[in-house]
Amino acid sequence: MRRAPAALLLLAVLAFPLVFARPFPRHVMIMIFLYGALATAWNILAGYCGQISLGHAVYFGIGAYTSTFLVREAALTPWLGMLVGAALAVVVSQAIGYPVFRLRGHYFAIATIGFGEIVQTLVLNWDLVGGARGLFVPIKRPDSLLNLQFHDSKAVYYYLALGLLALALGATRWIERSRRGYYFRAIREDQDAAASLGVRVAREKHAAMAVSAALTALGGTFWAQYVLFIDPESVFPLSLSILICLVAVMGGVGSLWGPLLGAVVLVPLSEGTRVLLGGTGKALDLLIYGALIMAIAVIQPAGLMGLMRQLRGRRAVAPRGEARRESAA
Amino acid sequence: MGCVYALVAAGLSLIFGLMELVNFAHGEFLMLAMYVAFFAWSLGGLDPVIGAPVAAAVLGAVGWLTYHGLIRRVLAAPMLAQIFATFGLGVFLRNGAQFAFGVDFLTVQDPWLAGRLSLGGLFLGLPQVGASLVALAAFLALYLFLSRSETGLALTATAQDRQAASLMGIDTQRMFALGWVIGGACVGVAGALLATFFYIYPDVGGPFALLAYVTVALGGFGNVPGTLAAGVVVGLVEALAGLLIPPAFKYSVVFALYLAVVLWRPQGLFGRF
Repeated sequence: MRRAPAALLLLAVLAFPLVFARPFPRHVMIMIFLYGALATAWNILAGYCGQISLGHAVYFGIGAYTSTFLVREAALTPWLGMLVGAALAVVVSQAIGYPVFRLRGHYFAIATIGFGEIVQTLVLNWDLVGGARGLFVPIKRPDSLLNLQFHDSKAVYYYLALGLLALALGATRWIERSRRGYYFRAIREDQDAAASLGVRVAREKHAAMAVSAALTALGGTFWAQYVLFIDPESVFPLSLSILICLVAVMGGVGSLWGPLLGAVVLVPLSEGTRVLLGGTGKALDLLIYGALIMAIAVIQPAGLMGLMRQLRGRRAVAPRGEARRESAA
Repeated sequence: MGCVYALVAAGLSLIFGLMELVNFAHGEFLMLAMYVAFFAWSLGGLDPVIGAPVAAAVLGAVGWLTYHGLIRRVLAAPMLAQIFATFGLGVFLRNGAQFAFGVDFLTVQDPWLAGRLSLGGLFLGLPQVGASLVALAAFLALYLFLSRSETGLALTATAQDRQAASLMGIDTQRMFALGWVIGGACVGVAGALLATFFYIYPDVGGPFALLAYVTVALGGFGNVPGTLAAGVVVGLVEALAGLLIPPAFKYSVVFALYLAVVLWRPQGLFGRF
């Protein structure tokens, strides 16, 4: 990305809450950042390493439940709970990874769905964490950064979500340029060839999964502190796993900015149709949403990044960074 | 139940075997079939058992439309875009149903198959038994079609090797469309059968579709007889698990079974890699 427009964009993003004081625009932006971060985290495992997980809600839920549980039972600040949640998500992801990484393609995807369903059922029936009733985050006033609760304004949430997104993008950027990133892509392109060249496939997959799970869990904790109520239906469902995947696919997998781009388009779309057309009980919003997803898949299967690349290609010379990525892909 | 699962999964498996594509709208196809059976009963006075061919025909048409309207256009696209497309179709159909039919639970009143059968202390719901028998018959017909008829063989050939089949003069495009029609018809029959003893509502497809994915993977993608065996296994495990441990966990047991199986046979019980 060229410097000047990028700096302007960053400035605009930072100044956004100062201009828009009403909750709704801020809410939409927060959701964009959150889903952008989740999709970016997913993209590390799926886009770079080629392992299409449809069970990422597990890590999101672990993040949300761990911090909330610790706030309630041990009065621990969500900041520490967030770290514990991320650590727990990493442990669980490694345990899940052991069996599922032996599988490939659709078998892998379905195994991750299976794990997602098992975990959701377990939490649904686990009374210690509220079972199907879910958990409320105890309300603490006044607003404080320590308690990570803000009832008067969404501004702090805005910057927190932005920070989360920056963290996810930073991690992706770092991996993309590291030796590890090349291992990941080698596994994606041809696992057997990568193994024959000395890439330790299982270890690399576990590493990708660990980073991805930890970032997703951070998103879960943020969500819990943002809505202050969690239940298995809202943080563990398959539909969330698939939504994360959709956002990334829509933008374009295997690229740094793709997942964020997907969130930029998809989140306002779903929030917008929900506000304009929802509430009729007729599900018209989701009807249109489904139709749009189909349309995009048909018109532009490589996602929006693919579309942009095409447009840029038509404008004669592609910038060097893009050209390099094309030849790598 | 296992036989009905198997029939739901058969359509999925057939389509996958043919073109390596998982139809994420499969549960919604099932839901549509149940609505067709319901309306055949409420408007046309047809019992779901009679309505099954109607549902099969309608869903076959839906399959055909899906193939020509959507799938044909994403055949060359990466796997993720295909998932995306069928998932979008699923969202569209599910909410379309909610838009058109509302969210109320519907049931078919007084179906022909009702009551239960007592076999020496073992009670079996008559609708379930009837459904299993019809599902088995449908399975047999499907199997005979695939392995005996010329068109069925052409379909199998296309599944095995697309290029070789088209070199042999098989119109693979037509075979793909036919696969979708048959897959739709299978799920149509299954839906009509299910409608005799299950509530009908827009989200009904979800759990069944999940079980169908597990069944297909367990049987080996694209392996139709394997799917029947796996369906029966899934049905039995689900029923037994419901007896032995709290029923809430029975689906977990099914998924755990799948995970256990793929640990030592990554290609499913009867699959090829």
